[in-house]
Amino acid sequence: MSSYFLLAILLLGFVITFQIAKASEYVGILRGEKKNNESNNRINGFLMIVFLVLGLIGVYWCNELFKGKILGKAASDHGEKIDQMLYITIVITGVVFFITQILLFWFSFKYQFSEKRKGYYFPHNNKLEVIWTVVPAIALTVLVGFGLMYWFQITGEAPKNALQVEITGKQFGWIFRYPGKDNVFGNKYYKNISDAENNSLGLLWDDPKTHDDIVINSTMYAVVNQPLKLIINSRDVIHDVGLAHFRMKMDAVPGTPTTMWFTPLYTTEEMKKSTGNPDFEYEISCDQMCGRGHYTMKGIIKIVTAEEFILWKAKQVSNYALVMKDKLPAADSVKTTAVSMPAKLIASK
Amino acid sequence: MMSTDLTIHGHGEAVVSHDTHGGEHEVHHHKETFITKYVFSQDHKMICKQFLITGMIWAILGGLMSVLFRLQLGYPDSTFPWLEDVLGKWAKGGKIQPEAYYALVTMHGTVLVFFVLTGGLSGTFANFLIPLQIGARDMASPFLNMLSYWFFWMASVVMITSLFIETGPASGGWTIYPPLSALGDANMGSKGGMDYWITAMALFVVSSLLGGLNYITTILNMRTKGMSMTRLPLTIWAIFFTATLGVLSFPVLLSGLILLLFDRHAGTSFYLSDIFIAATQKALPNEGGSPILFQHLFWFLGHPEVYIIILPAMGLVSEVMAINSRKPIFGYMAMIGSLFAITILAFLVWAHHMFVTGLNPFLGSVFVLLTLLIAVPSAIKVFNWLTTLWRGNIRLTPAMLFAIGFVSMFISGGLTGVFLGNSTLDIHLHDTYFIIAHFHIVMGVSAFMGMFCGVYHWFPKMYGRYLNNTMSYIHFWVTFAGAYLIFWPMHYEGLAGMPRRYVEYQGWASFNQFGDLNRFISTVAMVVFAVQLMFVFNFFYSIFKGRKVTTQNPWQANTLEWTTPIHPGHGNWPGEIPEVHRWAYDYGKDGKDFILQTEPLGADEQHH
Repeated sequence: MSSYFLLAILLLGFVITFQIAKASEYVGILRGEKKNNESNNRINGFLMIVFLVLGLIGVYWCNELFKGKILGKAASDHGEKIDQMLYITIVITGVVFFITQILLFWFSFKYQFSEKRKGYYFPHNNKLEVIWTVVPAIALTVLVGFGLMYWFQITGEAPKNALQVEITGKQFGWIFRYPGKDNVFGNKYYKNISDAENNSLGLLWDDPKTHDDIVINSTMYAVVNQPLKLIINSRDVIHDVGLAHFRMKMDAVPGTPTTMWFTPLYTTEEMKKSTGNPDFEYEISCDQMCGRGHYTMKGIIKIVTAEEFILWKAKQVSNYALVMKDKLPAADSVKTTAVSMPAKLIASK
Repeated sequence: MMSTDLTIHGHGEAVVSHDTHGGEHEVHHHKETFITKYVFSQDHKMICKQFLITGMIWAILGGLMSVLFRLQLGYPDSTFPWLEDVLGKWAKGGKIQPEAYYALVTMHGTVLVFFVLTGGLSGTFANFLIPLQIGARDMASPFLNMLSYWFFWMASVVMITSLFIETGPASGGWTIYPPLSALGDANMGSKGGMDYWITAMALFVVSSLLGGLNYITTILNMRTKGMSMTRLPLTIWAIFFTATLGVLSFPVLLSGLILLLFDRHAGTSFYLSDIFIAATQKALPNEGGSPILFQHLFWFLGHPEVYIIILPAMGLVSEVMAINSRKPIFGYMAMIGSLFAITILAFLVWAHHMFVTGLNPFLGSVFVLLTLLIAVPSAIKVFNWLTTLWRGNIRLTPAMLFAIGFVSMFISGGLTGVFLGNSTLDIHLHDTYFIIAHFHIVMGVSAFMGMFCGVYHWFPKMYGRYLNNTMSYIHFWVTFAGAYLIFWPMHYEGLAGMPRRYVEYQGWASFNQFGDLNRFISTVAMVVFAVQLMFVFNFFYSIFKGRKVTTQNPWQANTLEWTTPIHPGHGNWPGEIPEVHRWAYDYGKDGKDFILQTEPLGADEQHH
């Protein structure tokens, strides 16, 4: 019922606007085109200035309103660089923004039509044009310079001591794999994937390196102040590992593993305290459209201290052990040879 | 220049020139029926109106889609029973289902990018302005021109049909990245809907090519006597570059789509590899393909596409701004040069959409450099527009307001492009609301501003009547203010990393702090949409009831279209085609308010 009411009000408002518009057109004809244009110019010229002033106030107010809501300080070393780059860019573009917008509205107001004035015939001026080709070029060189410096630092090789975790996106969730004691990921092949048999990544059990690999869902653990290298895979469509607090992001592409690395600077506990939010978590959001459950595809990274991590990892049971427990006593007849393929295809990290 | 020196007998109404038999010029009246005049018309002015009105219908549909999904984003906890009445299973219980939401965002993007801002914008103004402003009786091939519209129409029919099939239209985002778009089992919209999408886009590409080739040919070959390239109005230059971009890049999209079609139905593996579908618990046989290949092909069109959208708007704005400032456009040659630079660079920046796909970082750095280079010609344009306003005698007509609005939006959106083009920042901002805000401002709203600017300015030439001024002014201010209110705060959501294409954010501790803002944005979006409906009403009402145009040149402009009769017939000029003696921007020269392009140079007059 209320929607019909709303519709009726809308229609009524429209009819009134239309009647006023029609009436003002008749008035305009009676008044003469010249007078009419003059008053239109005055009103709209004034509105230009009003818009400029309200707009500038709005920009300030909007910033006050939302600056506290944009996730606070970056939680990784790379994130700090990205924030640094953000501030440099905001300052440079901000200056341009205010100068050009103010000139635009000011000119529109100041030089509005008047019988007394004539447009100034000014078709070109080489000096001016050179200035505003060169100045933006210099400003952009600065931005490109800083940008690429950070870019190569961020996308460079991960340090040797980095903790390696494999993260795999699927519709609609995340699967994590730790290499186990041997620190090597065992081979896998996607045709071996079977959710029913608890082999969500298609690990090849005839490769002994898979036997200690730990596979877990939804929540992963990593160590504060130790570089974390994520090896990113997808099981079906393109996903994206989005880590807003760390300011990091990388696509998960089926068939083509990608990587990213960064060093977390604060544990989850520290963030809970510093944000004053007892429910704080580092969330992994899927940032690439992946189907109907895209918006629910959440993962969590717990950043803990090195000791906590060792304790946590010690408690984990390898995927192989879990599968074998289910399979007993016929342990050795598992689907190890179901699929065979050239080794180069399955070479993993 | 075959048809440029024809003389036409009689009153000039309903005259058409044929030069199909080699050089034999033949001019005759022909009897026009309703069908040949309004439906299968070969008159560029009628084809323009067909494109414009089809584009407007699409814009209303596309806008309505955004209202529906903004309803979901703004009021995620509410139910709207009337939605179920309208959409049935897609809004079960009065709540838009995820499939429906994704179908809506996908179609909103497709419709507005291709059918409104490419077909509608280029189709309308290229058709209308090219012959009228270069001094030609019609396009080089009026028949191909007609086909161009009807292929567009067929594309529209196929796309609309896809909305009604059982599994729904395409729903993988307007960029239709495979594997999602290739696998019906992974996504409902990738079943039949995707085939309709591909078919519709193939027809659209045909339409765009027929149109584009025609525009280029006409501009190069059919300019009237004295109309050298450097005397062309900037509108024509902009359309020329737009058409060139389209002709060179749309075929690449088509090839990408054909490969996608093969992957979908012929078992090939261009884009597919290592896929296990959770829904069916099956591993696909495809190996060795790369989904990234599609992204390269898509963005090789996709990026020029955004310039296909914005360049015509720039042209329209330049022209309207000079006329209403009563002074020449500042730096005419620099304006052409920057259009040219943008056109070239448009082909060299596509991979900046792919910084986080695992692209080689070195390759990424090359694209950063090339991308940020585009800011230089863009900056030149902005400063030239500002200087055009400086010391002008500005008439704030509705068209002029939209031109000023365009520049404001283009500045705001262009500057955020400097953020996103820098790969370091793109890591954080990619696929968040920051990019939504950026491209809606710089190519969505700006291009619409340019389009409105054109419609308000040339409506009197199209229909011989004026639009209602009061409604026009309301339309401008609400749209302009509304667009900033909608998109400015979205940047903050993006800075918080809030991902795009989410149905709701309640499940997320990191992004749930913007509930009030989302509601605010949705409310403003609905108001702005309502005002667009008022514009549509104004448009159709004024065609029949608007104040009549009584003078040939109501805006005191220099270009050739204002030397035609108030209601030009097919062939445009009743007598000979006028000869051109000067550029299009002699406003305020030697104390004269304006000097038509047809006026010979004075004895001691300098060339611009």
